[in-house]
Parts: sequence; C-alpha cells; structure tokens
Amino acid sequence: MREKNHRLCLLIGIIAVSCFSACVSVKPYQKNRLNDAEMELSARKSQKFEQSFQLYREGGSGANGGKSGGGCGCN
Amino acid sequence: MYLGILASHAQAPKTLPVTDSSSYQSRKLKVDEVNMVSAYYHQDGDHSAVTGGNGTENLTDFANTIELQLSNYSKGGRKNTFLFELGVDHYTSASSDKIDPNTISSASRQDTRIYPSLNWTTSNEKTGNALGFTGSYSHEFDYQSFGGGFNLTRTSKNKNTEFDLKLQAFLDTWQVILPIELRPPPYNQSPVGGGRGDKGLRGPLSYAPRNSFSSSFSLSQVINTRLQVLLIAEPSYQHGLLATKYQRDYFTDGSERAENLPDSRYKLPIAARVNYFLDDRYIIRAYYRYYMDNWGIRAHTAELEIPIKLSAFVSVSPFYRYNTQIGTRYFAPYGQHLASDTYYTSDYDLSSLHSNFLGTGIRISPPHGIFGWQSLNTLEIRYGHYIRSTDLTSNILTLNLKFK
Repeated sequence: MREKNHRLCLLIGIIAVSCFSACVSVKPYQKNRLNDAEMELSARKSQKFEQSFQLYREGGSGANGGKSGGGCGCN
Repeated sequence: MYLGILASHAQAPKTLPVTDSSSYQSRKLKVDEVNMVSAYYHQDGDHSAVTGGNGTENLTDFANTIELQLSNYSKGGRKNTFLFELGVDHYTSASSDKIDPNTISSASRQDTRIYPSLNWTTSNEKTGNALGFTGSYSHEFDYQSFGGGFNLTRTSKNKNTEFDLKLQAFLDTWQVILPIELRPPPYNQSPVGGGRGDKGLRGPLSYAPRNSFSSSFSLSQVINTRLQVLLIAEPSYQHGLLATKYQRDYFTDGSERAENLPDSRYKLPIAARVNYFLDDRYIIRAYYRYYMDNWGIRAHTAELEIPIKLSAFVSVSPFYRYNTQIGTRYFAPYGQHLASDTYYTSDYDLSSLHSNFLGTGIRISPPHGIFGWQSLNTLEIRYGHYIRSTDLTSNILTLNLKFK
C-alpha cells in the first residue's frame, strides 16, 4: 500500500512538473476564457454546505477550500 | 469696441489642468458583493454512532449564510477588503436524541449553530499581493469555538502564478455529555416529564478543549489561454477531546463504554484542481485529493464537473464525485470491540467506505439582473444525491443568490 502511495505521489509530481513546464505567458487581454465565472479555481460558493456534510460523513477532509477540522462539533 | 472685446476675453474661464479621473479610488467603504447561500440537507441510514453503530441516522439540516464583502482604498492606494459572514444552521438528529432514549425529545435532538466571522485583507491591486487576518466564533449548545487566521497572497509579475498561504487556529471547548446509562448517579435518571430541560442532569458539568491548527499552501498556475491548475497541501493538527463522548461502543464481552480516541490527530490532504475551457460551450472542472492521517485513514477523492454553457448567461453543470477510504484502525462494528482495546469507535464516518455523489447545478447570470432586478447578479441552484457504501443516503439542495 505504501509503495502504491509513493507511486501515486510520483505520478502527481510528474504531471505537475510537465504541466508547469508547458506554461506559456498569457497576457491579461488573452484571459477572457480564464476569467469566466465557471473557470474559478476555488470551489463554488454553492458547494460550501456540500463540503460541510462531506467533512462529517467521511474521514478525509481539507484541501478543497473548506475547513479541514475545528470550529464545529459533529452532528 | 476694443475695450468690449478685451472685457469678454477677460471673462473667459481659466483652462484647468487636465486630471485623469479614471484612477480615482474611493476611500469610502462600499459594498462589492453580497452572497446568500441556503441549503437543505437530509440523510438516512442505519449505523448511528450514538447507538454503537446500530440505529437510525436520520438527520435534517437547514443551513444559511450571508456573506457581505465591502472595500475601500487607503491613502497609499492599497485596497482594503472586509468580508463579514454570518451563518446559522438548524438541525434535527434522531441519533442525538438517543443520548437519553427515555426522553420524549431531549435538548440534544435539535440544535442551532451560529457562526459569525470577519476577514480583513489589504492588497496591492497592481502587484496582486495581499495579506489579511480573520477572526471567527461558533456556538452550539454543547460546543463553542474561537478562531483566528492569517492569509498571504503573492502573485508573479505576469499574474499567471499565484501562491497563497493560510494559517488558522480554532480554540474550541466541548461540554462532555455521556450516554445516560454511563453517567454517575444521580445523573443517570431521565428528567421528570421527559422534556427538554435535562441540561442540569447531564452529570457534573465538565468541559474539554479541542484545538485545531491548520495551514494551507496553494499554488495556482495559468498554463495557457484555456487551462489553469491549482495545487494545494493542507497539513493540520488537532489536539484535545477528539472523541464524541456520547457515542457508544459495545464490546465482545457484552460491556458498553463511551467512545475513546487518541487526543491528537495529524492530517495531510494534498489536492489538485484543473480547469479547462474546452470550447465555447463546454468547460471541464476536475479535482483530485489524497488524504492521510495518523489514525490510519487513507482516502482518494475525485470529482468531475462539466459546465455546459447554454447561452452567455446560463450554464448547467452536471457533476460526479467519488470517494474511497480505508478506515481508522480504531473502528469496529457494533459489539465487535475487544475489551483490551485502548481506543475504540463505531462511528461509520471513520470506517472503510466508498461513496458516490452526483447531481447538477444551474447558474443564471443575465446582464440586466435576475427577473430584471439589476442588483441580483447571479442565481445558482444545485442538487446532489449521496450514496455511501455503509447504507447511508442523503440529498442536498442549495440556493445561492449573489447581489452586486
């Protein structure tokens, strides 16, 4: 299992490095698509409570723009 | 005549120096945006942790927040943004009612949580760099939380790369409530009349701290005119009472105890988000997260959402999310804990499971406002259906109204 996780981390690393190395300099006037409301990199505001219940109903949490623990009791 | 001409010129207005009014920045506080989000959530299942992993998990939650964003400019030209949020959740929980099953409707059956927060961020609009602070508070009948946070944003010169750092601390206090049969006498008697006034009979009141410290490191990068990615790591640490003491555990020898879990927990979620503008109609939003903690939980979460632009102002967004997790080493189902166990829980939220969450959202944002109301900028409705492998299902309906 641990070896599998290491492989996964390596794969993510390779993808991340290849993505970043493929970057081109995008000028502000070329960002009309990137500035589209649907292209926001954060989670949607309407996902706020979905993330909340998933935080309670699953052991894993965090790294999605919501809370990763604290500030509330579970119900 | 000469004097008349001279007099008329003498009355001509002086030419004022031309000033650039486009860079005017108001120092007066103005409302940028107001967001109202409401959600109705309902779940049902048959593995409640309050009754030891066997019993109804019926629960409804009606959650609301209002988020007010204000801004102004300082003398030095920096932008100050104030984000005030007030949240109110009201829930009813059939399992919480089983803390004392003899009451008709105990105080724990329903509760309201109130949580205000305020963030102040100062930013340089030319460079995109920003820093800010957050203060928050949360109150439930048995739980209180004070939170504080710091956020920092650094942006590259070409504004294609952004680094965000967030540090947060929550100092929480939890009132320890035991299942009624595990309380010392005379507190193990149900209140006369079985009503809601059982607070004085919970036991000798004791409070336990639960402190959470989290950090978030994120890096966003524009790859090209259609593609951008975000990498996030959020290590966090919790310390204090992490077990829910009114949750029961049953053992192979027939005994019963209140849940017991270690008093510290380290969590490390790592995630990536990729957004791709496929063509004028389709956008792909993809998300993946790997999660691990020192209780033995390992989870993979993947989510795919494809917003479809029906017009420039209306989009429909079907989504699907899959989660799979290996449960904590402290979990065992009803009646299967060993008497020799130091830590034990029958909370299925911490068990091995997989879940599917699917649904759709619709977003309407016409140029002249919703129903012609200019201030009502965006309306978004989202519905999701959740199925968990441990026989739990739920539905959530969310409405988001954005005023500008």
